[in-house]
Amino acid sequence: MNRKLRLTVNGTAREVEIPTYRTLLDCLRNDLGLTGSKEGCGVGVCGACTVLLDGKMISSCIALAVSADGHEVTTVEGLAGDERLHPVQQAFIDAGGFQCGICTPGQVVSAKALLDAIPNPTDAEIREWMLGNLCRCTGYYKIIESIRTAAQRSRA
Amino acid sequence: MNAFEYAAPRTLDEALAILREQGDEARVIAGGTALVTMMRQRLVRPSYLVSLREIPGLERIEAANGGVRIGALVTHREVETSALVRERLPVLAETFRRVASVRIRNMATVGGALAHADPNQDPPVTLIALGARVEIRGAVGRRELSLEEFFRDYYESALEPGEVVTGVVVPQLPPASGAAYVKFLPRTADDYATVAVAATVSLEPDGERCRAARIALGSVGVTPIRARAAEALLTGQRFGADLLKTAGESVKGVVDPLSDHRGSAAYKREMAAVMVDRALTQGWEAARAAR
Repeated sequence: MNRKLRLTVNGTAREVEIPTYRTLLDCLRNDLGLTGSKEGCGVGVCGACTVLLDGKMISSCIALAVSADGHEVTTVEGLAGDERLHPVQQAFIDAGGFQCGICTPGQVVSAKALLDAIPNPTDAEIREWMLGNLCRCTGYYKIIESIRTAAQRSRA
Repeated sequence: MNAFEYAAPRTLDEALAILREQGDEARVIAGGTALVTMMRQRLVRPSYLVSLREIPGLERIEAANGGVRIGALVTHREVETSALVRERLPVLAETFRRVASVRIRNMATVGGALAHADPNQDPPVTLIALGARVEIRGAVGRRELSLEEFFRDYYESALEPGEVVTGVVVPQLPPASGAAYVKFLPRTADDYATVAVAATVSLEPDGERCRAARIALGSVGVTPIRARAAEALLTGQRFGADLLKTAGESVKGVVDPLSDHRGSAAYKREMAAVMVDRALTQGWEAARAAR
């Protein structure tokens, strides 16, 4: 029950042949070698597997890869340019928005989606948007600070 | 996850034909948030998945008789952020906003959530209080059912084999009406409710007496529950703290909650009374403001 899929991943057309039961997360990690997205809870709660599907953030651990056939996927690997990090990534470094790092790809992808939708979010908007991305070491203040920093810099 | 065949037809007729051929072994998938999670946990092992995602026409929110019609493929986030829903039925936008996280709301669809028939969900509670009707298509044709009659048991709906939900129609509230959704959520903001209540209050032209009220509760039984006895207590009455408290108390015998990590059954029964009181208070205030 294999299927051939055509997807655009981080701007590049990719073809994979995979079993129908492959999750999008496993397809990205195992078939396409993009191991930035992580599996945490496996049930859509923790946010470590967050990717963008046609620009909207989703939990790739509970998305079937076949459902992304013909669509665009953006992972954390697709955010940086050749020479420089995405402003959100740079802000997470500068404001200390991570420690162990396992939740970070999901945090960064969610934060990018937030700033795409709301370029100047209030703290309340940041909290509501990011509540589905769990962090068990940094705590959330520095993550919020990182997002605020990224938003400020893009205003400058 | 088990192996399965997968089809993503472009028309509803094609989807219905596959469902007829495959019988009980097939499951319909839309956003996948419920089904894929259950498959990963091996709670269900369908041999065939029929995706509705590529069928055009099911993803629209439309004006309908003063209210709204929401297609089955509309996501929770789209209802939450819809200008039409916010204008006509703000309580519905607010209810969808209370579901899980933005990320899950981007995936989960309105039709999928109804077909899943999980009594802990938020939207059915408000939809029942608003008098919504669900649209169903099957091989033999289409039918419509009030949402209240649609939920039959824990994870069990009135859908017959081979039928799919195609949308939900939500009427506009009468003039001088207000509505509220209150979700008691003592753990995390993205959790299911411990107790949830939606209430609508419509006032007489005098702006004082209640003409009609509708009350629905979630997370306190095997289906969402409509509290008709509490509604009847309010008809013709003027606002009063005692009246709303009595209406709240009256639901204690109607609810049948399970003890779980969100609270004991006894606790949820007490909180159901409190939440009905709060929802009615907010709904009544909103009705006065709407005059």
